Amino acid sequence: MKRNIESFRKGFIDGIPIALGYFAVSFTLGIRGGDVGLKWYQSALMSATNYTSAGQAAALSILEEGGSYIELIISTLIINLRYLLMSAALTIKLSPKENTGMRMLMGIGVTDEIFGISVAQKTPISPVYNIGAMSVACPGWVLGTALGGIMGEILPSVVTSSLSIALYAMFLAIIIPPARENKVVAVLVFLSALLSFLFTKLNFLSGISTGMKVIILTVTLSALAAFFFPIEEDNNLEEEVE
Amino acid sequence: MSDNYIYISILLMATVTYLIRVVPLLVLRKPIKNKFFRSFLYYAPYVTLAVLTFPSILYSTGSFASALAGTVVAVIASFFKLGLPITAAAGCVTALLFQLFL
Repeated sequence: MKRNIESFRKGFIDGIPIALGYFAVSFTLGIRGGDVGLKWYQSALMSATNYTSAGQAAALSILEEGGSYIELIISTLIINLRYLLMSAALTIKLSPKENTGMRMLMGIGVTDEIFGISVAQKTPISPVYNIGAMSVACPGWVLGTALGGIMGEILPSVVTSSLSIALYAMFLAIIIPPARENKVVAVLVFLSALLSFLFTKLNFLSGISTGMKVIILTVTLSALAAFFFPIEEDNNLEEEVE
Repeated sequence: MSDNYIYISILLMATVTYLIRVVPLLVLRKPIKNKFFRSFLYYAPYVTLAVLTFPSILYSTGSFASALAGTVVAVIASFFKLGLPITAAAGCVTALLFQLFL
């Protein structure tokens, strides 16, 4: 019990900077949700049940076009598939005795950031540490979205239309720094942007929805990159895992 | 957009996302070692985010000129690794100034 309280406390403290970052990103998701036509509480509900910036951004684009449920499911699956790898890396670091309830609870919050701090813990890692981090990071994500949605509803349109660029600017801040370090990522980002642009401009491709475009390009370009430029073990999540 | 459509969509995506996260925690006992799969998952987020960003970023604000200016500033800010909040704020302020004064 004492160990659990200590783990929770440590997770909570490590989760505070994550919560602040989440608040900023999810604020822009709230703004985007408003642009698409969601009420602030609907955007907040999406955040409270998902915790995935790219997945939610893609879902909002699909909703905007009135896309099908199948499209939404496949796009969510592909975009979030990397969490499978993270959970698989986490599960081997848990004590086999950890019960199902704890595992199901920590599963809610396997995000890039919480994965990052939890794999850095001593083995066997404690699910209570993750839950401590989630208990501050997750509210940050939901509150940011709610506030973004509310601001979008009350601020003058010249301000909200300017805020609408924020989500995409965040995405640039995520993809451009690694592209500086890694030539394959740089070419991949450039090709993705170019092809995405062509999809909207070329007549025979422009009928394809955003969700399908995300699915087609993510699968083909990532598969090609993985085939021709497989990453070394220590260049991936493994470095945090071992 | 109907409320039903929104709530069913949220339920579906939440279910998919949660299953991806929780199933390995409940059933897997070994790490995933497949090099192609790992590489695929390493590259995938960059493609998805780039596809979501372009060309949407250019139409995200009230006018093409303000969006283009915001994009250029955000690209520069991210190139110099100023971090997510500063990059986003720089893009927004640029777009706002363009819309207000040009």
